[in-house]
Amino acid sequence: MSDIEQIPVTMTVNGKKVQRFVEARTLLIHFLREELNLTGPHIGCETSHCGACTVEMNGMSVKSCTLFAVQANAAELTTIEGMANADGTLSALQEGFRQMHGLQCGFCTPGMITRAHRLLQENPNPTEDEIRMGISGNLCRCTGYQNIVKAIQYAAAKLNGTEFQEAAE
Amino acid sequence: MIPGVFTYHRPSSVAEAVAILANHGDEARPLSGGHSLIPMMKLRMAAPEHLVDLGGIAALKGISEDGDTITIGAMTTQHELIGSDLLSAKLPIIRETALMIADPQIRYVGTLGGNVANGDPGNDMPALMQCLDASYVLTGPDGDRQVAARAFYEAAYFTALAPEEILTSIRIPVPAAGHGYAYEKLKRKVGDYATAAAAIVLTMNGGTVGMCSVALTNVADTPLFASEAGDILTGSTLDAATVKRAVAAAEAITQPASDGRGPAEYRTKMAGVMVERALARAAERARS
Ligand SMILES: Cc1cc2nc3c(=O)[nH]c(=O)nc-3n(C[C@H](O)[C@H](O)[C@H](O)COP(=O)(O)OP(=O)(O)OC[C@H]3O[C@@H](n4cnc5c(N)ncnc54)[C@H](O)[C@@H]3O)c2cc1C
Ligand code: FES
Ligand code: FES
Repeated sequence: MSDIEQIPVTMTVNGKKVQRFVEARTLLIHFLREELNLTGPHIGCETSHCGACTVEMNGMSVKSCTLFAVQANAAELTTIEGMANADGTLSALQEGFRQMHGLQCGFCTPGMITRAHRLLQENPNPTEDEIRMGISGNLCRCTGYQNIVKAIQYAAAKLNGTEFQEAAE
Repeated sequence: MIPGVFTYHRPSSVAEAVAILANHGDEARPLSGGHSLIPMMKLRMAAPEHLVDLGGIAALKGISEDGDTITIGAMTTQHELIGSDLLSAKLPIIRETALMIADPQIRYVGTLGGNVANGDPGNDMPALMQCLDASYVLTGPDGDRQVAARAFYEAAYFTALAPEEILTSIRIPVPAAGHGYAYEKLKRKVGDYATAAAAIVLTMNGGTVGMCSVALTNVADTPLFASEAGDILTGSTLDAATVKRAVAAAEAITQPASDGRGPAEYRTKMAGVMVERALARAAERARS
């Protein structure tokens, strides 16, 4: 095994520069979880469907089970571990998920929050439909999505300085 | 779900990438977004010994217009297609189609070049490229050649691309201003490949169809350019009898597999339904 070529990679993960040697076939999710001990991004399906492994890479939401770590060389990455505010308080999205009951088992939550973060960067005032399409690459087996949508609306309102109004059901 | 061992190459020019491919022949594969190839490698259904990552080649990105032709670099992502003002203005069917592919995460990474070079009949862009009469620029050790999208696909995963060639760009003739268009895709859920899909571009002069181009996704082992259906519709007023004949002509060329998306007969019928819906929407959008 030891004669498999080891390739140097350097990336910035949650603001910190990291440098490691990896096999070319190492998937980014395994690199994050096993090399960097960032176990926030989850492995749900391993087949590019569920979005539990979603991380932010160079301003894109990506499924880290479907990228090689070498493809992330020189990239800027953020995982759920890097989503809280700089002072350690919960970000608007994290607060929204807590307040609106946007999680039950929590397995999908790191991917959901990371994805929703990028969605709100690109579209600070999304409609409900845009939120649902925006998180269509993330599956949740518990919530039925209703409260996830509300959590994202809560965060959008907070970030826009407006008041969150829960739509009547 | 760990891919097999391979040697990773990251060239910074097309010439360098082609040289690596030429050195390794069938053992080497280009890697673009990897969102078709990596899943296959994880399943060990693909086990290339050399991967040539095209991600470091800046020349393969971008969308430009030159006279009546729009050229899209192979490494342009689906997300970039969706965000392009030029495409929204001149070729809005590309945005419409890209939005029906997979999900946001996959669209950030998946490229147009990978989607059309892949040769999977489930991919949505190949039929669209046939509908638009696009050509693919293939670059090999001896330089460039162009192959029409309508002549590129031979069978599932078999295309006109040679192992030492890279698909470097896609050239699309700009349809007339005011053309009507629609991509209709039946799928079981967001992120699914098509049960059947149809791409239509047409122009209207008063109440008659000036030109009409029809192509189908995932109802044969290649995308299908439905030339007869387009010919039947051209010159017509889209009266019910003519539409019915065109739909029948489109259905007649399908050869779908029976699989989780339904039995073959159903998928053929759905291809017809997609043609009918796309036609209605395209006609409604056309300005005469
Ligand atoms: C869950 C999921 C759902 C999906 N749903 C859809 C869908 O609904 N519709 C759809 O169309 N697609 C779908 N896809 C596929 C996705 O759009 C892929 O991104 C696309 O098919 C391939 O593009 P890529 O850049 O990722 O190519 P890659 O995976 O990198 O490459 C695909 C193949 O093409 C070859 N290749 C790549 N680029 C070139 C090039 N420039 N020159 C020569 N050969 C090249 C590679 O060697 C490989 O064999 C889905 C994917 C996933 C994971
Ligand atoms: S683990 Fe990556 S998409 Fe499910
Ligand atoms: S909260 Fe359990 S999967 Fe979403």
